[in-house]
Amino acid sequence: MIDSKTLDPNFKLIIAAEPGGENIKKCFSCGTCTAGCPVREVTDRYNPRKIIRMALLGMKKEVLSSQFIWLCSSCYTCFERCPQDVRIPELMNAIKNIAVREGYLPPAMKTQLDLLSSFGRLLEITDFENEKRKESNLPLLQGKTEDIKKILKKTGLSS
Amino acid sequence: MKKKPEGKAPFSQYILYLGCTVPVRALQYEISARKVAERIGIQLADVPEFSCCGYPIQSINHYAYLLMAARNLALAEKQGLPICTLCSACCGSLTEANHEIQEDKTLRERINEDLSQWLGLRYEGGVRVNHFMRILHQEVGRKRISEKVEADLSSLQVAPHYGCHYTKPSTIYGKAEDPENPKSLDELIEAAGARSLQYEDKLACCGGGLLAMDEQVALAMAQRKLEHIRAEQADAMILFCPFCSIMYESNQRKIEKTSGKEYKLPVLFYPQLLGLAMGMEPDELGMKMNRVRPTELLKKVNRRTG
Repeated sequence: MIDSKTLDPNFKLIIAAEPGGENIKKCFSCGTCTAGCPVREVTDRYNPRKIIRMALLGMKKEVLSSQFIWLCSSCYTCFERCPQDVRIPELMNAIKNIAVREGYLPPAMKTQLDLLSSFGRLLEITDFENEKRKESNLPLLQGKTEDIKKILKKTGLSS
Repeated sequence: MKKKPEGKAPFSQYILYLGCTVPVRALQYEISARKVAERIGIQLADVPEFSCCGYPIQSINHYAYLLMAARNLALAEKQGLPICTLCSACCGSLTEANHEIQEDKTLRERINEDLSQWLGLRYEGGVRVNHFMRILHQEVGRKRISEKVEADLSSLQVAPHYGCHYTKPSTIYGKAEDPENPKSLDELIEAAGARSLQYEDKLACCGGGLLAMDEQVALAMAQRKLEHIRAEQADAMILFCPFCSIMYESNQRKIEKTSGKEYKLPVLFYPQLLGLAMGMEPDELGMKMNRVRPTELLKKVNRRTG
């Protein structure tokens, strides 16, 4: 049961002000997104229609602290099919951006941030990679860059 | 930038954008793409300073993602050449950021203020981003590709996998291809002389985007497709995104172990298939790096000798 006293009617406005979240209020809950969702096909833990409905109702804490908002695979199938142009993968990213600001960064994403900060890439280019490149006659790559660390620091994503 | 061999005028020139995954986990894709590009006359330059495209942090901070993408675009702009990506997620990420930066002057100014202050870079919005496969399909064209075919692949039947970010969101690609009914890979497979199979849920996502978040869900998504392709008795799956390859090839053994089923489905990058059609040796195309050995497939390649 939803306790209406705990709902935050401003939540949908906060989402609509976030890049990618602009079209949330256009959703009329037809469920086209969920019907064609390849993640929904293998688990019932992800249901985009339900997430959007919860967000529109103002279930801010339940949505932002949930694991399920992180289960969109970004395949964009629903993006192409949504009759209301809600742009669901971008909307999910908007909700996740807000969740991160509210302190809900999943450990797996934290790991990715750390890797990017250290190497400028998700996968490190070591001497081993460059040695293999030399053997295969491929141009060598720069092992790492400080630029990404700077970007992440300046945007408050790493310390 | 790397010096290119002298000789015939190139068909077109690009900077090759590798991203994170290709050089570490899909070197056979890079090796084979460079080989076929050279044969066709596409010149590929290199920028060793390129970093991650920004895709992984779209969900964390949209502005930081734009900055990461803009840094790469700015480095490319200095060279005055368009970008050719191998990874479909990189293509989507750079294309989307490019659109946003080009279309929104205020955003562009804010990004340039930060880029110049923090990294000494500027991006004016002048770089074109394209995917290697789209260059093959739209710029080179099937006819030119067929003309380069020297080996007979007609006894091969393969399952095309388009993945997601090559066609979607269609808004950023200017409707280059119908995302609900793409044809380019099927046509390129046929141009190489092999048969392209139809199968259930052909357009389904590999699940790669969820591998870090929830491995079980990601692998379940990949397994569905392996099942559907097995049902059609394909000689191989053909794809062109390194992350899709991680899901279907690198993780195939793991899927087999946990499910008790056996697939043994070779997974080739399209340039590897095209290279075989062009008469190149499997070793030249990095096939030793393919985890699922395409031994049976190679027996069916009919090399036109003499």
